Amino acid sequence: MYFPGPSFERSETPSIIAAAMWTFFHKLGSPPWLYTISGQILRWLLPAALLALVVGMCWGLLFTAPDFRQGNSYRIIYIHVPAAVVALGGYYIMAIAGAISLIWKMKMADIAMLAAAPVGAALTFIALVTGSIWGKPTWGTWWVWDARITSMLILLFLYLGVMALYEAYDNKVAASRACAVLALVGTVNIPIIYKSVDWWYSLHQPASIKFTGGSTIDPSMLYPLLLCIVAFYALFACALMANMRVTILDRERRTGWVRRLVEES
Amino acid sequence: MAGEGFYRAMLRRQLALSLRRPVQLFNALLFFALVIVLFPLGLGPSPETLGEFAPGILWIVALLANMLGVETLFRSDFEDGSVDQLLLAPQPLYFSVMPYLLTQWLLAGVLLALVSPLFGLMLGLPVGAMGALAASLLLGSGVMSVLGAIGAALTVGLRRGGMLIALLVTPFYMPVLIFGSGAVQAAVTGVDSSPYLALLAAMLCLAVALGPLAIAAALRISVDS
Amino acid sequence: MPSTSDAGARVLLDARGMGVERGGRQLFHALDITVCAGELVHLRGANGAGKTTLMRVLAGLSRFGFDGEVAHRERCLFLGHHSAVKPLLTPRENLRWHPAGERFGDDATIDEALAAVGLYGYEDTPAAQLSAGQQRRVNLARLYLSRQPLWLLDEPFTAIDVQGVARLQARLVQHCRDGGAVLFTSHQSLDADVAVRTLDLEAVAY
Repeated sequence: MYFPGPSFERSETPSIIAAAMWTFFHKLGSPPWLYTISGQILRWLLPAALLALVVGMCWGLLFTAPDFRQGNSYRIIYIHVPAAVVALGGYYIMAIAGAISLIWKMKMADIAMLAAAPVGAALTFIALVTGSIWGKPTWGTWWVWDARITSMLILLFLYLGVMALYEAYDNKVAASRACAVLALVGTVNIPIIYKSVDWWYSLHQPASIKFTGGSTIDPSMLYPLLLCIVAFYALFACALMANMRVTILDRERRTGWVRRLVEES
Repeated sequence: MAGEGFYRAMLRRQLALSLRRPVQLFNALLFFALVIVLFPLGLGPSPETLGEFAPGILWIVALLANMLGVETLFRSDFEDGSVDQLLLAPQPLYFSVMPYLLTQWLLAGVLLALVSPLFGLMLGLPVGAMGALAASLLLGSGVMSVLGAIGAALTVGLRRGGMLIALLVTPFYMPVLIFGSGAVQAAVTGVDSSPYLALLAAMLCLAVALGPLAIAAALRISVDS
Repeated sequence: MPSTSDAGARVLLDARGMGVERGGRQLFHALDITVCAGELVHLRGANGAGKTTLMRVLAGLSRFGFDGEVAHRERCLFLGHHSAVKPLLTPRENLRWHPAGERFGDDATIDEALAAVGLYGYEDTPAAQLSAGQQRRVNLARLYLSRQPLWLLDEPFTAIDVQGVARLQARLVQHCRDGGAVLFTSHQSLDADVAVRTLDLEAVAY
């Protein structure tokens, strides 16, 4: 049977998209391309992230009404909540990068995974410290075994585990693959850990921000918080890319393009 | 090659290797007993205090005993090249690790669960909670063996794996501890403990289904490093 | 996927462009290895030339840190430096329950294999009581049980006495005659009357 033009075109279009995606994917795996493009992205993303952070912080810290129960002390949520949210999200970003490196053997995904770990651990630490500071006026002590704080502490151990495993291996190719497996096991476990800790601490405060149901937090407090979360995500991306760029330069130090780069600067 | 025969042979091998050196089995029980002794010494001998903490104490000690036992799961087979042979065998590695897990569970978990009422008695745990203790340990030790085996497979190629495996798998053990000691606590207070046991059983199913994937991947990486 | 060579023999192993770098030093590169049925191939090279690394790559145990690819590989029997013999088990049990997952046959077949490597009478002695050479022989008994066409043997003659080496050589030749193939590493040469293809890693190194 003979089919004229149209069917030919229909089969052509997806293959063009697939080819374009494949090219993009291929480029992602190329260190010089990634180095250049991440430099360009950082040039505008970093100022934008800092601006968003400053605006969000000023808005939240200076221009919102005090909470009727907690007074001004609640304002630490503008640091604590974004740090906690991005720390958890960071683990999943790390695990996804690990899965990509395991499945498609992409070196750059590998670098992204290893770059995400210390950033995520630092954010988890910030969330823990701010949570502890928040606990002092709220509960009268620096440390309470509250469900969220406990989960954050476990998350910190999960991050440290990935970093310790990487350091323990001499063969760094094997190390990053082992870390990817560990991070994937972690992603399956994190929901179970969070749920079980939630259940364990049955007296915890109900989660305040629910995007699906009604929100118990006042919109005037919510909007700056959302802005801060966006700013933290952008900062996470910046730190991730900056970290990756250093690793790329280190691993590719013997190649021509890095030498040219050094000569130019 | 009948695959079934292979797995039965592997299981017999694992059991023979464990049972011909029974000292190691008793070492796990001895460790359990010794650490139990530490608690009256540290907390004081009053039966009320000990009875109150007994569910948590028993479960934490079981967790530590499991972690120590699982660390050596693949070590000797890794060092003498048996794991290499296992990787090259026509049978999928996903199933080949099952005899290891089953043996570890039978000889560490089940044995400990059976003896645990004795230790419960020493810590003043009410007799009514003994069933929940044994049942929760029976299910929970299975989950912990699988999770611990992932850590063991990831660190088997490293010279100093001991402390590292604790850092890697302890966070994963936490839900098991929460529900396991929860089950015993519920039985102590006279509440039905079956929901906790059901949760532990669900976790066991999930661990047995997904764990061997991670163990197999980790063994391949360790052999390659 | 190539299944026959130019000469018409079945290709059991085909690796292209193999290269290994260790510690910033290229051990060998662009090495093509094709092993056809009936071939006995001796892989030579000094200590540290990358023989063991190459063997593990060819067996499929190492999957990273090298260039090139193993395009085709039949099911293989791999004997490495480690014996995979458990001291707590007897030689018979070691073979019956071996993790290689091959069918090792019944006890009579296993006893025959043990007798062939000179372990007659030791079938039920725990391997812990055997000498190092005898333990290696337990592992070598697998050569009499295996049905895999391709054998990858890393230093099979280590710790084996003269008489044992002669018997081992005869077994390798027999396997090749039966349509199998053997790729082995060794520092010693085989007897002159055995047809061996030699592959020297030094020749392809930098």
